[in-house]
Amino acid sequence: MDVLARYEPLVDDFEAFRAACERPLPSVVRVNTLRTTVERARRAMTADGIDVESVGWHPHLLKLDDQPGANWPYVHGWIHGQEEVSALPARVLDPAPGERVWDACAAPGSKTTQLAALMDDRGLVVATDDNLGRLSALRSNTERLGVTNVAVTNEDARVHSLQPFDEEPYDRALVDVPCSCEGTVRKNPDTLAEWTIEHVRGIAGAQKGILRRGVQATRPGGTVVYSTCTFAPEENEGVLDHVLAEESCRLVEVDLPLESSPGVTEWEGEEYDPSVVRARRIYPHQNDTGGFFCAKLEVTG
Amino acid sequence: MDEDGGGDGAADSGDAPTNDGQRFDRLPATADERTVPERPTREEVLAWWDERFGIEPAVFAEHTFWERGSGKIWAFRGELTTPVEIEALGMTCLRTRQEHWKPTMSAIQRFGEHATRNVVHLAREQAATFLAGEDQDLDWDGDWGYLVVTHDLAGGSEPLGVGLYVYGELRSQVPKGRRRDLR
Repeated sequence: MDVLARYEPLVDDFEAFRAACERPLPSVVRVNTLRTTVERARRAMTADGIDVESVGWHPHLLKLDDQPGANWPYVHGWIHGQEEVSALPARVLDPAPGERVWDACAAPGSKTTQLAALMDDRGLVVATDDNLGRLSALRSNTERLGVTNVAVTNEDARVHSLQPFDEEPYDRALVDVPCSCEGTVRKNPDTLAEWTIEHVRGIAGAQKGILRRGVQATRPGGTVVYSTCTFAPEENEGVLDHVLAEESCRLVEVDLPLESSPGVTEWEGEEYDPSVVRARRIYPHQNDTGGFFCAKLEVTG
Repeated sequence: MDEDGGGDGAADSGDAPTNDGQRFDRLPATADERTVPERPTREEVLAWWDERFGIEPAVFAEHTFWERGSGKIWAFRGELTTPVEIEALGMTCLRTRQEHWKPTMSAIQRFGEHATRNVVHLAREQAATFLAGEDQDLDWDGDWGYLVVTHDLAGGSEPLGVGLYVYGELRSQVPKGRRRDLR
């Protein structure tokens, strides 16, 4: 089926959207500021014969004309391959050094290590994933990037236990859930071929459970960021609507450095909580990136 | 020489507490507080880094040390109530099971900039051979054993990994998963 056509009612310039989805994405790396400066990373890559271009909205991101994993700065943990929009949710969560932060679906660790860098490797990042194989990739990344404030748990995020962490709630939680991933079509064209509505409905149930646990495990006044790389309202606004009704939390405005569209309040006969307009949708044609969805919640009780 | 390899066998020591490969136990501060036989102490770990590489204890002031399995030491920048039953806690740091303690590549890349002895600086071509996991002849007047290997990157000397110097040869200890051929 034509999956993207499903979203024609939501997207302003649908032809531009479709055309952008068909273009490949450039390689992007994030400079690991725990290890080096952007200036030295650029210098090391230029010396390796790699052309580097800045990304306007994020000072630590660089576009490359090469693969990110076969050069000296990679070996030293100075850089990490990470798609541009995937650097957004950790910035929106905005953790400070010394805080306690949960990364609920952490593997393979791009966002975990970004959180640790934003915290200057101080405080605690608990990185959870239910897939042991993917956790091994996360472990390789935390080791290579020199992160020492991360604790890793292998469990279903829906039943995440605070017991190993002295039962203390988190200051912030990043709930970047597994999803139907249409927003990664520019990297993985097969994504659309594997898409089914049954999968969307099934995974939405898991997403609700993970976001609920994120809100429960965060202290009142704390922040939870929910993000996906899908356009499907069932997995985005539909999940927020459910959790707003079930847990003590509210949506707050997100100030993004990229062009974006508001969350949608109606989809296929469903009406969502009006505050979901505060969530942000990023379509690939708006900033020439992958697609993304991001919402910021404040825990109220 | 695999950093994350298996072999978490518990120490056989009668009725005394033993190592548990499924959990992290904080290292005792000193020998007086030791309950598991042969578990290294924080004091011994700090002394080893200082004696072997001249890395002063202050470098690790904010880190706690933990053992999972027999002799695998992890460095975690924080405090938790011991024991902790999770998958990973901070960074693998040191192997203490053998007579000669062995630092990990990760720990050398993270803390090696503070080393003042048993450091060998390689030219770019030698560094590439080392990173590919190959052994090479080396003129070295210092101690045999584990060395911090450095090379120049972006205008400064950077710690790259762990080499074992024996019989006039520098043996690369770069774990398989981190080897690259950049030659």
